[in-house]
Amino acid sequence: MSSAKQKDGAATGVREITYAEAIREAMSEEMRKSDDVFLMGEDVGVYGGAFGVSVGMVDEFGEDRVRDTPISEAVIVGAATGAAVTGMRPIAEIQFSDFITIGMDQLVNQAAKIRYMFGGAANVPMVIRAPAGSGTGAAAQHSSSMEAWYTHVPGLKVVTPSSPYDAKGLLKSAIADPNPVVFLEQKLLYRVKGPVPEEEYTIPLSSSEVKREGDAVTVVTWGRMVNRCLEVADELSREGIEMEVVDPRTLMPLDEGPIVASAKKTGRVLIVHEAVQTGGYGGEIAARIADSEAFYYLDAPIKRLGALDVPVPYNPVLEANVVPTHEKITAAVRELVQ
Amino acid sequence: MAAKTARTGKSSRAGSRPSDSLTAEQLTDMYTKMNHIRAFEEKVAYFFSRGMIHGTTHLYIGEEATAVGALAPLSDKDLITSTHRGHGHTISKGIDLNRMMAELLGRSNGYCKGKGGSMHIADLSRGNLGANGIVGGGIPIAVGAALTLKMRKQDQVVVSFFGDGALNEGSFHESVNLASVWDLPVVFVCEDNQYGMSMSRHKSINLDDLADRAKAYGIPGKTIDGQNVFEVYDAMVEAIDQAKKTGPVLLVSETYRYMGHSKSDANRYRTKEEINEWKKRDPIAILRAEILRRGTADEKTLDGIEAQTREDIEAAVRFAEEAGEPDVNDIINDVYA
Repeated sequence: MSSAKQKDGAATGVREITYAEAIREAMSEEMRKSDDVFLMGEDVGVYGGAFGVSVGMVDEFGEDRVRDTPISEAVIVGAATGAAVTGMRPIAEIQFSDFITIGMDQLVNQAAKIRYMFGGAANVPMVIRAPAGSGTGAAAQHSSSMEAWYTHVPGLKVVTPSSPYDAKGLLKSAIADPNPVVFLEQKLLYRVKGPVPEEEYTIPLSSSEVKREGDAVTVVTWGRMVNRCLEVADELSREGIEMEVVDPRTLMPLDEGPIVASAKKTGRVLIVHEAVQTGGYGGEIAARIADSEAFYYLDAPIKRLGALDVPVPYNPVLEANVVPTHEKITAAVRELVQ
Repeated sequence: MAAKTARTGKSSRAGSRPSDSLTAEQLTDMYTKMNHIRAFEEKVAYFFSRGMIHGTTHLYIGEEATAVGALAPLSDKDLITSTHRGHGHTISKGIDLNRMMAELLGRSNGYCKGKGGSMHIADLSRGNLGANGIVGGGIPIAVGAALTLKMRKQDQVVVSFFGDGALNEGSFHESVNLASVWDLPVVFVCEDNQYGMSMSRHKSINLDDLADRAKAYGIPGKTIDGQNVFEVYDAMVEAIDQAKKTGPVLLVSETYRYMGHSKSDANRYRTKEEINEWKKRDPIAILRAEILRRGTADEKTLDGIEAQTREDIEAAVRFAEEAGEPDVNDIINDVYA
C-alpha cells in the first residue's frame, strides 16, 4: 500500500513534490544508473518539454541523452523501438497523447508485435510517455483519453498513474520493464503535489491499489478521476456512505484481484473514467467483475460513468461537463447504494 | 509499359573498383547465396502452387543481386531491416536455411516457432532485425538501431531495405530526415522493382531518378543497376564508408521481380514482353559470366554449387517436415517478456 509506505517514509524523509517532478526524478534516477536509458521527444531538451517535465535534464545529461527530435511521431516511436530491440532503454515523450496516433503503426504493428512475431526472440524495453486528458482548454485534438486503444493491443503495457508517488514508482518499473509500456500522464496532475519519499522505491506494474477503504460501494477509477472520486468519498462519508476507491494504476496487464475482492466486499460497483464511455476500458473491468466470483455477491448492476461520447469541446463549461463531474459521480454513487 | 532500362553504373573507375578485388572465395559465396535465394523461393513457389504452405508469400526472384551485393561488404555485427519481400535479405545476411524453411512451413523449429511466417523472420544473433509486413515499417526501426550504434560509439552500420512503394510512406520521410539530422550510420537501400503491387513507380512518383529524393534530406543519393551484383557491391562499399563517417546515404537499386507481387497476382498490369526483357539481364547469369571471365571458378564448379544449393533446400524441407506442428498451448507465450 502506498499510503502505508508514505506514512513509514514520513519519518525517513518525505517531501511534497509535484507529479511532473516525480516523473523527472524517476527518469533522472534511471538515467544515472544506466547509460542505456535516454529520453527523446519534441522539445524535451532546453525547452524542458511542453509541460516542463524534463526541465533541466539536458543540463545534467547532455543533448546526446536528452534528445530533441523533429516533429516526427512515427519515427520517434519507431526509433525508440529500434533502439530498444538493439539493447537501449529509450523513453520517448510524445507531446500530447493524441499524437500517438501519428506513430500508431510503429507502436501497434512494430513495438507491440515484434516479440511475438519473432517467437520470443526479441525484447522491446521502451516507454512511451504522453500527457493525456482534458481540462486545459486545448480542445479535441489535444485532450483525448485513449488508454483503451492501447489496452486492445497485446504486447503493450498501459500505465495510468494518479499521484506523484505512483507516477514515480511506476515509471521506474516501466523503464526497467522488458516490454513496450505506454505511460499515460495526466496533464492536469502535473502541478499537483503529493508526498514522495526521499529514498528510492519502485511500484510493480500490474498492482491495483485500494486508495480508500469503504463498505458501501466499490468505485474503480484511474488517472485524473481518482482524486475526484476521493473528494466525493470524503463528502459522502459525512452521510455515512463509505466508498471504497480502487485504482488499477496499470490497465494492461490488469491486476484484477483487488478489484474483484472489493466488489465481493461491497456488492456494488461503479467504474469511473475520463475516456469516452463507449468502448472504454470500464467495459472491460465490468466484464472482468461479471466473469468472476464477485458476480454472486453483486446487489446491483455494475455501473459505468465515462465521458460523453463526443470529442472534447473547447468552451470551458462544455469541457468540464463532458467528463464525469463531481456531481455526476455523487449521483451515480447515491443511486447505486439506494 | 516498356521496361525502363536499368541504369549503368556511374561509380566505375576502371581498375579501382572494390569489386575488382573480390576473392575467389567471396565470389563463390555470392554465387552460392544468390542460388540459395532462388532455389529457396522456387521451392516456396512450388509449395504454394500445391497448397502446401498457407498464407501468402512475396518472392524476390530476379532481385538477388541487390541483397547479395548490398550485404557482401557487411560484417556479422552490422545490422539490417528487411521487408515483406525479405527472403533474399535474410539469406544474404546469413541464416540457418533449415529454420527459415521450417518457419515458412509453420513448424515449431522455425525461427519464430511458427508464429511469424515468411514476413517476420528475424535473426538478432546475426544482426537481422527482421522482415516486416508493413511497407516502410522497418525504416524507423533501422534508424533506432543506428541510434544505438551512435550512442554506444560502435563502428557498425545499419542497412535498411525497402521498395519503391515505401518511398511514399511517411515513415520513409520521417526516418531519412531524422537519420540525416542526427548523422546516423544508415544506408537506405530502395529496391526499385518498378511496381508497388500493381502500381508502376512511374505513376506513383513524379521523378525520373528516385535517388533525387535524397536531396530533400541533404544526404547523398545514387541510383545503381540492381541486376549487376558488382555495381551494387561497389556502391555499398562507398555508402557504408560514408554512412559511418558522415551519416546516411540513399541507394536506389533498379531491379525487377520476375514473379507476381504475391500469390494472387495475375500480372494484369505488365506485359510478358516486359518481364522477358528484364530476364535477359538475370542477376545470377551476370555474376556467373563474370566469374567465368575472371576464371575464379569453372562451369563445372558453378554447376556443382547450383546443385548443392538445391540439395541444401531439400535438406531444409526435410528438417522442417521432421518437426511437429507447434503446440497449441504455445499460442499464448511470447507476448510479453
